[in-house]
Amino acid sequence: MSQKKKTREPEEAKRLGVFVCHCGKNIAATVDVENIAKEVTNLHGVVHATDSHYLCSEPGQKALQDDIKYHRLDGIICACCSPTLHEETFRKAASDVGVNKYEVEIANIREKCSWVHSDREEATEKAMKIIETKVEKALLNEALTPISVDVNRNAMVVGAGITGIQAALDLANSGYHVYLIEQSPTIGGHMAQLSSTFPTLDCSQCILSPKMSEIAHHDNVELITNAKLTGVTGFVGNFNAKVTKKPKFVIEELCNLCDDCVTVCPVIVPNDFEGGLGPRKAIYLPFPQAVPSAYVLDIENCLGIHPLVCSKCRDACEQNAINYDMKEEIVELDVGAIVIATGYDLYDISKISEYDFGPEVDVIDGLQFERLLSSAGPTGGEVLRPSDHKKPETVVFVQCVGSRDPEHHMAYCSKICCTYTGKHALLLKDQEPDTEVYIFYIDIRAAGRGYEEFIDRAQEMGVVYIRGKPSKIFRDGDKTIIWAANTLTGERLEVEADLVVLAPAMIPSFDTKVLSGVTKCSLDEYGFFKEAHVKLKPVESLVQGLFVAGAALSPKDIPECVSQGSAAASKAIALLSKPQLYHDPIVALVNEQACSGCKVCQSLCPYGAISFDSVKNISVVKEILCQGCGTCASACPSQALTLKNQTDKQIENMIRIALKTEAK
Amino acid sequence: MSELLNPEPKVIAFLCKWCSSNAADLAGVSRMKYPANVITIETPCSGRVDPTYIFDALSNGADGVIVAGCHPGECHYITGNYKTLKRMVLVKELAEQMGIEDERIHLEWISSSEAKKFVKTMTEFIEKLKHLPPNPLRNNRVAQEAKH
Repeated sequence: MSQKKKTREPEEAKRLGVFVCHCGKNIAATVDVENIAKEVTNLHGVVHATDSHYLCSEPGQKALQDDIKYHRLDGIICACCSPTLHEETFRKAASDVGVNKYEVEIANIREKCSWVHSDREEATEKAMKIIETKVEKALLNEALTPISVDVNRNAMVVGAGITGIQAALDLANSGYHVYLIEQSPTIGGHMAQLSSTFPTLDCSQCILSPKMSEIAHHDNVELITNAKLTGVTGFVGNFNAKVTKKPKFVIEELCNLCDDCVTVCPVIVPNDFEGGLGPRKAIYLPFPQAVPSAYVLDIENCLGIHPLVCSKCRDACEQNAINYDMKEEIVELDVGAIVIATGYDLYDISKISEYDFGPEVDVIDGLQFERLLSSAGPTGGEVLRPSDHKKPETVVFVQCVGSRDPEHHMAYCSKICCTYTGKHALLLKDQEPDTEVYIFYIDIRAAGRGYEEFIDRAQEMGVVYIRGKPSKIFRDGDKTIIWAANTLTGERLEVEADLVVLAPAMIPSFDTKVLSGVTKCSLDEYGFFKEAHVKLKPVESLVQGLFVAGAALSPKDIPECVSQGSAAASKAIALLSKPQLYHDPIVALVNEQACSGCKVCQSLCPYGAISFDSVKNISVVKEILCQGCGTCASACPSQALTLKNQTDKQIENMIRIALKTEAK
Repeated sequence: MSELLNPEPKVIAFLCKWCSSNAADLAGVSRMKYPANVITIETPCSGRVDPTYIFDALSNGADGVIVAGCHPGECHYITGNYKTLKRMVLVKELAEQMGIEDERIHLEWISSSEAKKFVKTMTEFIEKLKHLPPNPLRNNRVAQEAKH
């Protein structure tokens, strides 16, 4: 990092330049850019001002650099778009010609002015005010040098569905140690539940299990299942993550998968992996390919927590692998980067009161139907209706259950349902060609390589597509009745079905909100994690060093999840491959003369960045821990604490100038 | 509707850089519209907003001040907005004792995706201020400036 430091005699006035961008017509349409560029030269400290059609373009930046050199500028104000877009661009351009990057200010006159106001006069006046406040700030900005920090070269991936698995493997294969955290007892996520994948109809387990096995045996992967990320402190390159491990009550290393425990276990509960369509015992293997490959004890249902009541499995286990006394454990891990890949859940259909739902009325969701189709599923791959295990003669699929319904449920399209419903229908027709299959849809959205052709294939096999959303689904005797209207022909329909399969909206996985609180990664209006920029930073979050991928961001299919897993891993690798990172120098500063040693600041700092020097009797800021929030500075009763380049004086001047009325 | 007492109120909005400022940006990207009477000042955290800034703004003639931060529990700096919440209670109380209506001071939690809420907050606040008389301190300041 070559920060050329220019020294300036204190009495010498600061030389500022203002560069006002037209942004084509984006700013110039509502703000009189040329006039502003003339007016700002009257401001105190401004020795040069000009306008530019596109300041961010190569010629624009070149002109900016030439002006900096020619006018010997100490600081610049770029009046343009949001700092989230081009602050770094202009900092780089300016620092290349000797201006300290912390002497670069952005006056956002696009998102916060030209795009939100229509009156040209008002917008111009406001743009001028915004620039004036930034000039006031720039006058008192100081040249700062970034603080260098070592990078911890371990990574963490949270969530071990296909996205997390891909991210972990990419990181591990690049030579980084990865902690892979999964909240359920096995990795694999929803993909492990699928029978086959569209549009190629590859067996889902067959393509997933090699990756799961690679995770299990990879030297660089440390797998922690039945665990949650419950705390994150620190900052990019130096996170300290707290992981809470729930006990499995089975010692993985000792378990040899003999199945003796399952045979003797007297407790039978619905198997959640099978969507409740099959049974399992209280001690169980989630599914044959589960990783880690060991039984797990479901303590909610086990009787053995009171060994006097049962303890059959422990007695049967020749390996002595069962231990009822395991306790919850919290481990702290130091990592440089974190990838969040917590996936999705299905919308709660009980919120849709007009649809009866449940295996007992033969209305199931898409994931349950996947289990009926799966050869390892509860029916061995034969589609039988759950209520009486009879072969269904008429099967109805309903798309957009909870999706694309802004008035009542989720406004967005869940993206994958059209194609997977097509897959379900096709596989069913393949198995039982005589089955009558109807699909209710609003629109068919099958964008993706081979997807449209796939839907065509389903139609060619005799699947009947009906455009319309059922108004009511209810049980009548041993049939389930669907009321709907065909919106293409206008006719009212009543279909008697033996089995109904709904395609519910994909929603954020159940503890996304909690994880958002833990990681400080913000959520969108539907509760999905939010990326730093929807187009250009699709897997980065606003928290540096924290990446998000896959269906945790929005509904996605498998190829997209895999790409995003790899993308997040490569972003993390770019970060971890540097030996050192530079910490923002916008940190708190103690004025030793003014500090009274009251320690108020110490109790306010959420990062423990303020310690106390009992010899000098003053507070001391540990710059490397300080994140620059400024909460301490606004509470210091002696005004001894300030935030660099965000000082009281600067903000007060900005307020004053913003409210100054022009003498008329 | 009550009488229009102050057709062009002046507002200072302190926006935290992680949530509210991004919501303002999103409002721009989505081409939503709100009155131009507000000048925003971005701070790293709503916790950076020293109570004295609010009084600075009022004594410099602002008709209203908005402080906007991340929702409780979502602060980028963990607990900064809780500090803000507590401080704002005191600020409002102090303002009332100084003869400034507490309606002139407004705290709002606006996450980075809540562009609509940002626009609504700004629009409604400015609309409310139009029906209040101009900030009583504004004239003092104009008078002071005239003296200089």
